[in-house]
Amino acid sequence: MENRNLKKLLGLGLTTGLILAACGNGGDTEESSAGSEESTSTDDFSIVMVTDIGGVDDGSFNQSAWEGMQAWGEEHSKEENNGFAYIQSNEDSEFVPNLNQALNADFDLIYGIGYKLKPAMEDVASSNPDQHFVIIDDVIEADNVASVLFKDHEAAFLAGVAAASTTQTDRVGFVGGQESAVIDRFEAGFLAGVYAVNPDITVDVEYAGSFGDAAKGKQLAAAMYSNGADIIYHASGDTGNGVFTEAKDRMNANPDDQIWVIGVDRDQTDEGNYDGGNLTLTSTLKGVGQVVQDISNESMEGNFKGGEVSNFGLAEEGVDLTEGNLSEDVWTVVEDYRQQIIDGEIEVPENPADVKAE
Amino acid sequence: MLSENKKTLTNLMVPLLSVVLGLILGAVIMLGFGYDPIAGYQSMLKGALGSPFYIGETLRYASPLIIIGLGFSVANSAGFFNIGLSGQALMGWLISVWVAISLPDASAFVVLPLSVLAGILAGAVWAGIAGVLRAYFGTSEVIITIMLNYTALHLTNYLIRNVLTDSSDATSRIPEQASLRMDWLSQLAGGSRINAGVFIAIAVTILVWVFMTKTTMGYEIRAVGLNSFAAQYAGMNAKRNIILSMLISGGLAGLGGVLEGLGTFSNIFVQAGIPNIGFDGLAVALLGLSHPIGIVFSGLLFAMLKIGGASMPLGSGVPTEVVDIVIASIIFFVGANYLIRFFMKKFSRGKDVKGGVE
Repeated sequence: MENRNLKKLLGLGLTTGLILAACGNGGDTEESSAGSEESTSTDDFSIVMVTDIGGVDDGSFNQSAWEGMQAWGEEHSKEENNGFAYIQSNEDSEFVPNLNQALNADFDLIYGIGYKLKPAMEDVASSNPDQHFVIIDDVIEADNVASVLFKDHEAAFLAGVAAASTTQTDRVGFVGGQESAVIDRFEAGFLAGVYAVNPDITVDVEYAGSFGDAAKGKQLAAAMYSNGADIIYHASGDTGNGVFTEAKDRMNANPDDQIWVIGVDRDQTDEGNYDGGNLTLTSTLKGVGQVVQDISNESMEGNFKGGEVSNFGLAEEGVDLTEGNLSEDVWTVVEDYRQQIIDGEIEVPENPADVKAE
Repeated sequence: MLSENKKTLTNLMVPLLSVVLGLILGAVIMLGFGYDPIAGYQSMLKGALGSPFYIGETLRYASPLIIIGLGFSVANSAGFFNIGLSGQALMGWLISVWVAISLPDASAFVVLPLSVLAGILAGAVWAGIAGVLRAYFGTSEVIITIMLNYTALHLTNYLIRNVLTDSSDATSRIPEQASLRMDWLSQLAGGSRINAGVFIAIAVTILVWVFMTKTTMGYEIRAVGLNSFAAQYAGMNAKRNIILSMLISGGLAGLGGVLEGLGTFSNIFVQAGIPNIGFDGLAVALLGLSHPIGIVFSGLLFAMLKIGGASMPLGSGVPTEVVDIVIASIIFFVGANYLIRFFMKKFSRGKDVKGGVE
């Protein structure tokens, strides 16, 4: 009974599909083969990334991964969609189909950019043990998955130091994307950095609840700047573009009241350009692009590190802080703290709760 | 008799014509942006029905949409615009997962029906609030259900982070026994997330059709929708029917959420926004002219567009943004079937006049 119903339903789907197909072919009879260009020469190692929510133009996390892929493509003279490609996810429910698309297109290495892909990738990886995967920002325990973590809290700590040393109002802000273990690291590091320089500084912490909501980012930034904060550090992907917009609007309207934004994941200097100058104080760097490039090269040479967890911090040059618009004095302070972290004299907390406890 | 046949034919022709026109408009848009519409539709079709995996995913996506669409149609028959389907689905999703996680050791015969029923109940209660307020205080169900969407969203996110988990952004997976997934079905469908939800959707479609057309209660609901005063005068309890229709509507929306929780995702996670599934379900119902068969077809169409559309960027180079515009224009045309009906009427009237002259 159930079987027959299923078949009936499948039949329905097929009929509708045929109608669609008929329409699709109605306009022109020329066959196109753009979709099936899949060369199969010997050295055609190919890579693909599935984004978390947001596109490869988010100005931060996804974009830095994509830039790494583009650089890798250039290094081996490959072209987009022929050697390397990206698949964009707009909803959580799209992760599994997107990963399967990547599988069906026979890519040699599949990247999941972001912790959000973990459950989907676990499923897909366990049912395809011969396919190699890489997950960024989370750990999957499987022989065919390499996990990459970043010590975001170390870079965020330096951002906190820079903010605390630069602020005129003794009030700074933090805008997070979605509450999660990863963004917790950013928040904890930033708080710890600020308090290390001056425990009396007030830090406003707000979450947008999304990595793709620029309007919410603008709103949160407006409230923070109005409350007297003069520097905002954002760890919120696309949402952070709203923070930049708000800051630029304010600087254009009132150029004498200097306010700053601290960028995240890649050098966001360009995002801070406004008529009168640049308001990106500095950016924390997350070497997603470099790591993507390195892992792709290693895998191409047959050294895929399946089952391993790599952890990149300041010492491994996986994360860092740009000099940006920081004054020389502040930069000296930052360098000093950087050395202390690398030497292990400062242990940066990963959880905001641990910061407040101190 | 003859005119009735003609009416059925028109009713069939309108949605079909809408889809065709929508596809043509989509093709024009793709051409306008400089992409090949044939390659685009081919990869969409391949991505929706091209392999058992994609067929499975399409059916998986369609199942909750159909159930939620049916939910909308029940309330709609009674004259209510239940726009809170998303919130009701989210509550069903949350509660079903919650129940399933709380009973990790119970047998499938206990935990599965219990969590499904709990989810249905949760959706019904959420919609029932609006139903009671409407019946006894005449409050607009549109406003109440919209607001309850946000309440459900933030309540769910709060509970996930603070009660169900220790500030993590997703719950653990539900126990195997509570899952709606079936191994043989998943294997048949190439490892897709298709689950027993497909059969539930078929059963619910039949049940709703029987309930609305063959039972006294269904008749009363329709009578109240046509004219609540006349219904009351005829001895029907309008208040009872208002609440009943909202309870059924919400219960079905909750069931749609259950499919997401116990079938598609096996957990619940912090959502960045109100899940689309409720609004898509509403569109499916309107598209299907609130008729069970129509809803099944439009649900399948929606799923094919969504799942197939995801393959277009990689398959044919049409970027995600253009794919979204194409999908939207198809849906727009299907939704604007009034226009088509209008022109068809004009067209056929012209014909009738000619016939009269002969």
